[in-house]
Amino acid sequence: MLSYIFAGMILVSLIFAAVSGNMAALSSSALDSATEAVTLLVKMCGGLCMWSGVMAIAKDAGLTEKLSRLFSPMLKKLFPDLDESSDAFSYISMNISANLLGLGNAATPLGISAMKELRKSSRDDIATDSMVTFVVMNTASIQILPTTVAVLRRSYGSTSPFDVIFCVWISSALALMVGLCVAKLGNRFLMRN
Amino acid sequence: MIGAVVLYGVIKKVNVFESFRNGAKEGLMTLYAIAPVMIGLLLAVGMVRASGALDFLTEKLRPLFEKLGYPTELVPMALLRPVSGSGATALLTDIYERFGADSFLAKCASVLAGSTETTFYAVTMYYGAVNIKNIRHTLFAALAADVTAMVMCVVTVSLLMS
Repeated sequence: MLSYIFAGMILVSLIFAAVSGNMAALSSSALDSATEAVTLLVKMCGGLCMWSGVMAIAKDAGLTEKLSRLFSPMLKKLFPDLDESSDAFSYISMNISANLLGLGNAATPLGISAMKELRKSSRDDIATDSMVTFVVMNTASIQILPTTVAVLRRSYGSTSPFDVIFCVWISSALALMVGLCVAKLGNRFLMRN
Repeated sequence: MIGAVVLYGVIKKVNVFESFRNGAKEGLMTLYAIAPVMIGLLLAVGMVRASGALDFLTEKLRPLFEKLGYPTELVPMALLRPVSGSGATALLTDIYERFGADSFLAKCASVLAGSTETTFYAVTMYYGAVNIKNIRHTLFAALAADVTAMVMCVVTVSLLMS
């Protein structure tokens, strides 16, 4: 699936560049993007190690269990095949709390840890129901305060950059619900294999 | 937050530096796992943007959006948003600059930016990190959420802010 997306994107861009004569721009952008990706990775590296380290302390100190308990009623409904005391469960709840607070840099390593735990219950390379639900949650935005947008708006002269907050809440809640409903329907009706 | 966690660890008599060291090592391993995925993904996204395929798609879809009463100025950003976070941010600032940060369009664009994430990035990174090849209906569900946000950003701003 990912192979198809990757190959499809490259094929489409090759065809378009050939038709519109953008070939030179295309090859230079390919190299630029690869370089940019490494720059991004280097930038992420410090944060990733730091948050992974801090979260390891939180886990060893029993903090994450407390957090899990807070979210467990909701998460039990969303991930019916997960055990409440499992590591996957606590990583998912930590990922969600980091997302709510807008700590993207913290949410990503936690999310990957959650995926690694979920991976243990799957013997093949097909996504499990819980993986689908979890990834869909992470493709929707559940940030309480859209700070990046607000900072940008203020720098372009907005007088009240947070005035859209209600619209953001309604819009993102509905988007999340639609995503989760489609994921759940797929889980029920599209069997694995 | 970091201070609070470390302090809590010390109080609970955890070997905090040992824990941190193990966690940070895990972080490095994660980076090692996602690096090739990220390079591949950003490479493909960069190529699609440079080829002009996205501009072409926007142009083709414009009449359709006009018929639906959807503000066409938002279309490029709405289409780029699931694919490229930085690209969508660039288009967002472009909207602020052209129409003013407190205009109707700027508000719609802000809501759209605030209620979506970079879908393709999350999907490829999370699945790539654990080597899952068949993602089933994940992308479909995620894009359904994006379309909802695309519609809702205009609906909510029209109903609640004017």
